[in-house]
Amino acid sequence: MSDWQLWEVFIRTKGGLDHRHAGSIHAADAEMALRHARDTYTRRMEGVSVWVVRSADIVASDPGEAGELFEPAESKIYRHPTFYQLPEAVNHM
Amino acid sequence: MYTTELDKSPAGQPVTIEDPELLAKFEARVAADDFIEPKDWMPEAYRRTLVRQISQHAHSEIVGMLPEGNWLTRAPSLKRKAILLAKIQDEGGHGLYLYCAAETLGTSREEMIDALHSGKAKYSTIFNYPTLNWADIGAIGWLVDGAAIMNQVPLQRTSYGPYARAMVRICKEESFHQRQGYDLLLEMVNGTPEQKAMAQDALNRWWWPALMMFGPPDENSPNTAQSLRWRIKRETNDELRQKFVDATVPQADLLGLSVPDPDLKWNEERGHYDFGEIDWAEFYAVVKGQGPVAQERMSERRAAWDDGAWVRDAADAHAAKHAARAAA
Amino acid sequence: MDKPLFNALLQMGDDSLVLGQRLCEWSGKAPTIEVDLSLSNLALDLIGQATMLLDYAGQVEGEGRDADRLAFHRDAELFRNSLMVEQPNGDFARTVMRHFFFATYASALYEALSKSSDETLAAIAAKAVKELRYHSEYAAEWVVRLGDGTEESHSRMVKALDWHWRFIDDLFEDDADWAELAERGIVPLRATLRGNFGKRVAQVFGEATLEVPGEVWPLTGGRQGRHSEHLSLVLAEMQVLPRAHPAATW
Ligand SMILES: [Fe+2]
Ligand SMILES: [Fe+2]
Repeated sequence: MSDWQLWEVFIRTKGGLDHRHAGSIHAADAEMALRHARDTYTRRMEGVSVWVVRSADIVASDPGEAGELFEPAESKIYRHPTFYQLPEAVNHM
Repeated sequence: MYTTELDKSPAGQPVTIEDPELLAKFEARVAADDFIEPKDWMPEAYRRTLVRQISQHAHSEIVGMLPEGNWLTRAPSLKRKAILLAKIQDEGGHGLYLYCAAETLGTSREEMIDALHSGKAKYSTIFNYPTLNWADIGAIGWLVDGAAIMNQVPLQRTSYGPYARAMVRICKEESFHQRQGYDLLLEMVNGTPEQKAMAQDALNRWWWPALMMFGPPDENSPNTAQSLRWRIKRETNDELRQKFVDATVPQADLLGLSVPDPDLKWNEERGHYDFGEIDWAEFYAVVKGQGPVAQERMSERRAAWDDGAWVRDAADAHAAKHAARAAA
Repeated sequence: MDKPLFNALLQMGDDSLVLGQRLCEWSGKAPTIEVDLSLSNLALDLIGQATMLLDYAGQVEGEGRDADRLAFHRDAELFRNSLMVEQPNGDFARTVMRHFFFATYASALYEALSKSSDETLAAIAAKAVKELRYHSEYAAEWVVRLGDGTEESHSRMVKALDWHWRFIDDLFEDDADWAELAERGIVPLRATLRGNFGKRVAQVFGEATLEVPGEVWPLTGGRQGRHSEHLSLVLAEMQVLPRAHPAATW
């Protein structure tokens, strides 16, 4: 008496926004996964577009390597606009 | 609700010796209000406690659909029927969010459902009481969902990320549940004498079971300290129970209904209501599965799952055929 | 009173009401929680349609009855729904088959009604058609999955088909009142929808590896209030509180 496979659900809440992870559902196939995503996560008009992807197909980074992966970016503060102090007249840039 | 830990058998659990350095790091993160995510290192006891608590919570949402479902086909107006159906559907959604959150800890939904059906897993005692008249639907929304909200709001900041996010979604949906219940009762207490009597009867039967929803008294909750430290629990059972009584008694007054507790009275000094002793013998009997309709609830859940087996299998078989054809 | 319009609104409103009531019986009993949620959504749509259609019927009648009055204080022989929607749910196969037939019929009907010369009806239909198209697609996918799933699911679908096929004529029946409304441009003759319905059924059944049955002796009468044994039981349950407490509001 098996259960269906797991899918991750991503929802665009309104035009112009990114799809965001909403949660997961179980479904046997892709069409069913879309229906279940709609019935589970958009009951209060929370969405205008839905993506589903098999949870097994998601490749995730290893939290043990978070140091190597993400900390190098911490020192590259020159990527952030606030790094540059410009003269008052043009500082809204 | 449902988040109160009901089976506490630390003696029966295998003891895992954890790496002290990892453990210290973990405790520090939790203490610093950091969130723990599925792939992060966590002590086995934390994982086990979470799976138990989240799945218990999920089971409660799903079993909780049944007492209200009992009146769905007899809802006395089309508006009430739609509201109740939407409300029960929300509870199903809550169960679903929570099972998925628990699945991120490495236990499949199927295993959790099996544990429920075999009687190994617990769920909130409240759903083992019968719904005997239409006002019970109002009382459940007002008292049961009300108690649930009290317990769930602090859990939006619980330490396990997927659980916290599920709780955020759930809390957003819950306030409608409590309000529709109160609204239903308001209509009844202002209606015919029979309607008002139904409302009083419902409060008489649901008051004490609602207080039991917060779980055993603090002195009998041995895991509370650890759960508070891990932010799996944010307030103790007795604190939440007091909060609930303080909030609910004035609401009962407004309905013109009397709370069935002769010892209930405002304590000026404490700034809280004093209330009577809960029948803990009844509570523990219900926890053990001896609630008035526990057998009915479980047989209905099992029947739904078993009767659906051919549907789940057929859909899987169809998907496999489809994939094979697409590959050929 | 415009009696033909009143009767037509009862026919449509009662279809949605009785089928919605039947789907409520699935709550807490579906094969998975996701399916439970989906069936509830279908039922919510149907109850919403019933409310609009019966409220409008009450207005047309002009005697102060609203949707609740019509839903809860009318006896079975005054209901005008088709025989198919009052059938017991049976297993999931039978529920899915019924929903596929009904929603495919109803989505075609409301599509045409969205151009009705009656503006109120056209507005109700414009909302309902979107819902029912979704229902029809949803149910069709399930017909295909279960028809072409396992041996067991296939044989259950054959039995479900056998159960419901005899009620198809009833679903499409045009009585004298309906024909008069058609003449006035308010509704389409249901007979004109039958061709596309047949095509859609054949296409979905093809994918589902189900055979379209041959002719059977049709059971009709729902549109005139001649129902099966099941309807009065459905209503006895649904109407129990308002009937027991006629002075109460809820
Ligand atoms: Fe809930
Ligand atoms: Fe709730």
